[in-house]
Amino acid sequence: MRNTHLTRFFLVVALILGQFTFASEAKEEGEGHGKDLKTEIKEYITHHLLDSHDFSLFSYTKENGEHKYVGIPLPVILWDNGLKVFSSSKFHHGETLAEVDGNHYKLYHGKIYKTDAEGTINYDDEHHATNIKPLDFSITKNVVMIIVTGLLMLWLFTSLAKSYTKNNGIPTGAGRFFEPIVLYIRDDIARPNIGEKRYKKYMPFLLTIFFFIWFLNIFGLTPLGINVTGNIAITVSLAIMTFLITNFTGTKDYWMHQFDPLGKSLPWYGKIPLYIILVPIELLGLIIKPFSLLIRLYANMQAGHIVLMSLIGLMFIFKSWLGSPLSFGLAFAISLIEVLVALLQAYIFTMLSALYFGFASEEHEHDHEHEAEVAH
Amino acid sequence: MEKLLEEFSVGLFFWQTLLFGLLLFLLWKFAWKPILNAINDREEGIKNALDAAEDAKREMQNVTADSEKLLKEARAERETMLKEAREIKDKIVADAKEQAQVEGDKMIKQAQATIESEKKAAVADIKAQVANLSIDIAEKVIKDELSDKKKQEKLVQDMLGDIELN
Repeated sequence: MRNTHLTRFFLVVALILGQFTFASEAKEEGEGHGKDLKTEIKEYITHHLLDSHDFSLFSYTKENGEHKYVGIPLPVILWDNGLKVFSSSKFHHGETLAEVDGNHYKLYHGKIYKTDAEGTINYDDEHHATNIKPLDFSITKNVVMIIVTGLLMLWLFTSLAKSYTKNNGIPTGAGRFFEPIVLYIRDDIARPNIGEKRYKKYMPFLLTIFFFIWFLNIFGLTPLGINVTGNIAITVSLAIMTFLITNFTGTKDYWMHQFDPLGKSLPWYGKIPLYIILVPIELLGLIIKPFSLLIRLYANMQAGHIVLMSLIGLMFIFKSWLGSPLSFGLAFAISLIEVLVALLQAYIFTMLSALYFGFASEEHEHDHEHEAEVAH
Repeated sequence: MEKLLEEFSVGLFFWQTLLFGLLLFLLWKFAWKPILNAINDREEGIKNALDAAEDAKREMQNVTADSEKLLKEARAERETMLKEAREIKDKIVADAKEQAQVEGDKMIKQAQATIESEKKAAVADIKAQVANLSIDIAEKVIKDELSDKKKQEKLVQDMLGDIELN
């Protein structure tokens, strides 16, 4: 219980701080540029939702209108006729061009484009940049957060593993908080969905994916402005792993179900007209399952961040004694809900992955299945 | 959809897949395996301990039942022994009584016989004595009677008279 209280306390502190840093930023930028405050906030939110090439903690505008950023520059790694590695501080947050080996690169809307020496960006009719985009393998903010989360998990769970050997099978410290979660994933997610016989080989993946998503979701609620699980590339990668594991561990029964869903209940000539429709649907289902996973996680986290930041933004739009506290209260309530959503989304992703693994690894007697169907 | 594609970053995807794969491998090897094994071992240990406790309990029950059975048997044996003893005692007493009776009877009979024979002897003795006495008395009387002539004659006369009468 102490652990949860502590976590809650830190979260609350983090949320409040986050709102303050964000507050100063939006306000200053708004005044400095003389832009419309609403557009400013909207741009800020959009910017926050995307990955970035530097780890900025906050920024402010000096009296002379100069932007000042506080944060850590991160390494940029490009593949453009050879490997190009340089620090993101060269971009000065998109204000200047980076010149590496005689090539010029410009950071434009979070993406790196190759430009000429003047930094011209060409647009097509729909206002999309047509400049060459070199392959970008930069260690971005999200990559840093993945590494941080990975190290945190390694530290947490190897120490939990060690505490077992040290204390004769009894966890200590943080392990007391995490062990019930590990047990929950084993007993209430893996076992019922995959089955007693085969659940063991999926456990490492389920545990890793659960804690990975949960921790990153929680990091997303800190004032560091991280949005890893709300990034489509991350969720695609996670869903592809679930997809690959599902299909590579699929049993004969599973593939039989994909290509011969009706089994022995129909003679082969009766199956042909049905299978023209059924088999493509089954195969489409293979793709739709992980696709729903990736969209669900992405959309939930993205939406949570947008709602939360919009509500915080409202404070500066209202600028009144009534509106601002109201939106502050709302933002606070939503952030509490977001804490729940962070856990819930991790749970759902893990749960559904386990369910798909269960489909893939089921081995049943077909006769029994029919009896069961009749009974229903 | 177009926005999603626009947002999709190949670099991030690459790093995520690589790092997650690495993380999965490391955690698998150094965390999940020992953790799950430890939990499993512990659960099995608990299960075994519970089973052992159950066995011990059952054994205890058996032992209690056994001892109770033994106790019952001992009690029954004591009962029978007591009963037998009582029977033996009763029998002995009865036998003794009977023997005493028989012996008594015999003794009484003997005594009676002795008394009878004694009585007979005594009576015979008395008779003899009485006879002697009578003879003596008769002698004396006769002596007295026959001391004078007259008297002797009178007696003879009397006796002769008796005989005639008879």
